[in-house]
Amino acid sequence: MQINFTLNGKALSVDVPPQELLSELLRERLGLTGTHVGCDTSQCGACVVHVDGASVKSCSTLAASLNGATVTSIEGLAPAGGLHPMQQAFHEQHGLQCGFCTPGMVMSAVDFAKDNPKPSPEAVRSWLEGNICRCTGYQNIVASVIAGAAAMHANAKGA
Amino acid sequence: MPDQHLKSAAPVNPTGIGAAIRRKEDMRFLLGRGNYVADMKFHNMTFGVLLRSPHAHARIKSIDTSEALKLPGVVAVFTGDDLLADKVGTLPCAWPVTGKGGAATKEPAHPALAQGKVRHVGDPVAFVVAETLEQARDGAEAVLVDYEELPAVVGVLDALKPGAPAVFDDIPDNVCVDWEIGDKAATDAAFAKAAHVARIGLVNNRLVGNPMEPRAAIGDYDLARDHHTLWTTSQFPHIAKLLMGNFVLGIPQHKLRVVSPDVGGGFGVKQFHYAEEVLVTWASRKVRRPVKWVCERSEGFISDAHARDHVTEAEMALDENGKFLGLRVSTTANMGGYLSTFGPNIPTNLYGPLLAGVYTTPAVYCEVKCVFTNTLPVDAYRGAGRPEATFCLERLVDVAAIEMKIPKDEIRRRNIIRKEAYPYQTPVMMNYDSGDPLGCLEKALLSADWKGFPARKAEAAKRGKLRGIGLCTYVEACGLAPSRIAIRLGVRGGLFESATVRVHPTGQVTVLMGTHSHGQGHETTCAQIVSSKLGIPAENVEIVFGDTDKVQFGLGTYGSRSAAVGGSALAKAANKVIVKSKKIAAHMLEAAESDIEFEGGVFTVAGTDRKKTFGDVALMAHFPVDYPLEILEPGLEEQSFYDPVNFTFPCGAHIAEVEIDPETGFVQLLGYVAVDDVGTVINPMIVEGQIHGGVVQGVGQALFEDCVYDHSSGQLLSGSFMDYCMPRADSVPSMKVETHITPCTHNELGVKGCGEVGTIGSPATVINAVVDALQDLGVTHVDMPASPNRVWRIIANAGGAQPAK
Repeated sequence: MQINFTLNGKALSVDVPPQELLSELLRERLGLTGTHVGCDTSQCGACVVHVDGASVKSCSTLAASLNGATVTSIEGLAPAGGLHPMQQAFHEQHGLQCGFCTPGMVMSAVDFAKDNPKPSPEAVRSWLEGNICRCTGYQNIVASVIAGAAAMHANAKGA
Repeated sequence: MPDQHLKSAAPVNPTGIGAAIRRKEDMRFLLGRGNYVADMKFHNMTFGVLLRSPHAHARIKSIDTSEALKLPGVVAVFTGDDLLADKVGTLPCAWPVTGKGGAATKEPAHPALAQGKVRHVGDPVAFVVAETLEQARDGAEAVLVDYEELPAVVGVLDALKPGAPAVFDDIPDNVCVDWEIGDKAATDAAFAKAAHVARIGLVNNRLVGNPMEPRAAIGDYDLARDHHTLWTTSQFPHIAKLLMGNFVLGIPQHKLRVVSPDVGGGFGVKQFHYAEEVLVTWASRKVRRPVKWVCERSEGFISDAHARDHVTEAEMALDENGKFLGLRVSTTANMGGYLSTFGPNIPTNLYGPLLAGVYTTPAVYCEVKCVFTNTLPVDAYRGAGRPEATFCLERLVDVAAIEMKIPKDEIRRRNIIRKEAYPYQTPVMMNYDSGDPLGCLEKALLSADWKGFPARKAEAAKRGKLRGIGLCTYVEACGLAPSRIAIRLGVRGGLFESATVRVHPTGQVTVLMGTHSHGQGHETTCAQIVSSKLGIPAENVEIVFGDTDKVQFGLGTYGSRSAAVGGSALAKAANKVIVKSKKIAAHMLEAAESDIEFEGGVFTVAGTDRKKTFGDVALMAHFPVDYPLEILEPGLEEQSFYDPVNFTFPCGAHIAEVEIDPETGFVQLLGYVAVDDVGTVINPMIVEGQIHGGVVQGVGQALFEDCVYDHSSGQLLSGSFMDYCMPRADSVPSMKVETHITPCTHNELGVKGCGEVGTIGSPATVINAVVDALQDLGVTHVDMPASPNRVWRIIANAGGAQPAK
């Protein structure tokens, strides 16, 4: 079926089979391989993208459901030539190692930080329960999300 | 903040060794521009799907591929018979060991597709290649296999029982090798004079490594060049190339390229040569098109090698003052249904020699029986053998402390090797070059406020909670490995490392490393080594690895070897660059070579202000207008192969504090302190991150993770992230990581390794804390994972909780 949606700021019209997942559409057909698939039970969160501003697991979202939606994948988060404040915070706080869970972590964190300018570590940990990282032990991810949230809101105020 | 704890003295060079610079590799991962194997596409590419055995043990009576071949899009279906017809070899074991009385390790054939029998759930049976992934899946479903089910054996002790099913018909007792280390007579003598003997029986639970990126492989055969390329999620592309090319497919080494691009975590699981690598490479030649296979997570649970899985009886002989006199350990280790690449080496060479720990125990004897079962092959996973050794020893030390009524810190103090005693020869092979485990211990006790624990325990008791504190020391043998020693221990190859330093005419540097980075941050730390050596900023250094066509032969990354062995090779190559550069500078400055000093990227004639920069010299090497061509070659590129003289021995002390809810059995990890001696720290931020991750993997084993098989059917019960409990952000606390450094004495940089220390110390630390919390109930041991279910039952059986009505 034909769907019209906005992906990373651009209007797109694509024909999608009814069973196609958003993760498959992004990775296999649109070449956006920054969205990763780390499991097959919707547990790991490596595939998180934003649909209408909210974080969703693209491995369990049917592409056909996206008609009229606005989708942002990790490739569409940063301003041209730069980093989103959350990406910058992950870099500064060493919030990534192998980088495989990172796109999902960052997308999930941005959604959380929108409404949480000064989150507690416990709140961050609770939010990230759906994103598995095997490398970092989460400590620097928590620090990244706290710093990234502060930076997002500082930037917003400055704007 | 990453660099709050691990701060070394401010380095002179802001991007050199010791600086907590941010990682060079971060950008592509943050922007979603990494290049993982699953991301790759090739023209005319096909997709491969494996049909895997649903049975733990069965004879294959027949395989009918005719229906599958009729399906749309199916290009080919291959079975074990096709491999046999093509004389494809079986997957080799690269590190067998020698057993008691010189007995060889039994190495039964491990075909890439099952031949005659399947020996574990997930054993590959057929490989279907099709135009699309969906068509390949449909094809696999249409392959008809007629199995004759056989009784299966899962547990190591069951496999040794008389009459147990034989995994291999010609190995009726299921014993792969019966190995020993240490002086048995001396150890028996120590027990004969002991004032006290402490005993423990324990299980080291089976684990699945689960790097977040599932494995993947693409084979691409170029008919015109008669040349193969394998793209694979490997920690060691050169070894994959050697093993597969030479031993399995018979591809000459100059006709095979193996590339491991960005790899999303390894932890040992991706350092084995797997069947799928063979299948995509071989099938690509058969179908004359690229063949891509990407593992799904649930498929990974039944195809990635598993880890740990020991059953152990151990006893410690002590004198009346709690001094360790002797240690006797008997372990049965699971090898699974076939030998994985390093299978037999892990519970033997990487286990027995570590049982001495950081203690002066004069006599140690360990015997290990490696046993075949109808389960996935078992091999290395972060720590590999050393967490098992530490768990055994440190649990036993706590049992001895409780029984002899000696405080747990004090019994360790009485037995720990003093700093002055290094180098220290243990009774089980290892010669520790340096360390100060007592320093680590005292620092950890202070940092964790060990003395203040009774007050915290009393406060918790008021809230109805059982609070415990656990302590563990450990030693690790890493920096794998001195080739001479390792070859004597059975490895079929060298374990040196290599580096090339290529200086460009403009003074920037490209480094070719034989190691492989898959999260460890080598693109940054290796650049820091070059920055320190050559006095150029780290941003002017690019690190290349993971491509056998680009990089000289190297052995890859595992066993915390990259900094200690790879970094040392890099330092040596940089030294060679400096030696040659001094000759060039001497000519340019019209001075004697012996008068040239090199500091901070500048060559100076000693005692003068005459100087040339590293960039000047690089330029002259490539535009030799005024250059001693008669005695010196132009160009500036040097290579080094470095073989260490010894292992490196990180050591440390860890402390954990837990609270148990007796109503539910839930164990809450409240705090964790790690004090590690990892040798010289190249980048404190990265070292701290490695230790964080390592600790949480060990905490995972201690509290959450368990790979469980049904013992009657051999079916895997924990085959997804729904059933296998991975540590999540909300299941672990913030940790305190500190270092207490004694440099390694036998490599130039003084580095020891930091990748595995967290995982080695943490299982014993956490379980010691859990047992401490339950000690008043008379509990002396809790097997891993200390899940609510298990802990609640233990409390109930000890009379500490009432069963639910």
